[in-house]
Amino acid sequence: MREVLEIIGGIFILIGSIFLFLGALGIVRMPDVYNRLQAGTKATTLGGMSLILGVGLLEPDWIFKAIILVLFIGFSNPISSHALARAMYKRGRFPILGKGENMDAYREVYDKNKEEEVKS
Amino acid sequence: MENTSSVNRVAAFILNWLFLMILWLAFTSSLAIQELLVGVFTTALISIFTTKLFSCCDISILSPVKIFYIIYYLFVFLFALIKSNFDVARRVISPSLPINPGIVKFETKLTTEYAKMVLANSITLTPGTLSIDIIDNTFYIHWIDVQTTNPEEAFTEIAESFEKILLKIF
Repeated sequence: MREVLEIIGGIFILIGSIFLFLGALGIVRMPDVYNRLQAGTKATTLGGMSLILGVGLLEPDWIFKAIILVLFIGFSNPISSHALARAMYKRGRFPILGKGENMDAYREVYDKNKEEEVKS
Repeated sequence: MENTSSVNRVAAFILNWLFLMILWLAFTSSLAIQELLVGVFTTALISIFTTKLFSCCDISILSPVKIFYIIYYLFVFLFALIKSNFDVARRVISPSLPINPGIVKFETKLTTEYAKMVLANSITLTPGTLSIDIIDNTFYIHWIDVQTTNPEEAFTEIAESFEKILLKIF
């Protein structure tokens, strides 16, 4: 039983480290802040979850604590990346846009806020 | 009116207490009687003071149908999370970096703040999307590979599967 858990835990840790590595690679390769956040958030969420779950399986006494940590990561990671992305846009760092009409729907909100700021 | 609001407050208190007690059990991972007694007292004390701040939903969240939908939602979400990771991996590894980024908007039918928060967090963790802002009912989403800038089509593409379940929970 113990050996089986150890093997499964090791596999989880391996998967977690692979995704964390891919997240780091994404942060290096992506062109702007929003795309970097995309790569960073998703990969670190699943990578971190899988890593912690693997540690929990290696040490069965910690499994409940590991599950709570996994839940915390699942809640806090998207919130922090959302806050970073929103703050970047409010500072005026506009995203690189692809080909197509009307690609930046948030620009109108930003312009409106700026106008009101100037008026007041 | 006075009566129902106090009933609601008691229900929210019990819900908080239950939630904190589950957290306590998970952290101590023991069923010794001393641990349980300390847990019951401290969690009750904490929920007396914090019920006003955290009352996401009423007591009906404990009904079997809603619990079933919550578990179903977790599975849908986990599947989307794994899919999005392979999506990111594919984009990062391929040498040409296939991205076509842009920001799209759409409207949601959800009304409560907590439901919108859950939807926004889920969108952030699903393939190729990152929620930038929520203003009233409008979501602004950064999309790594924009397929459509039409709000309705973007909604069906990104959020419909989550919203259907969330409408049943909240």
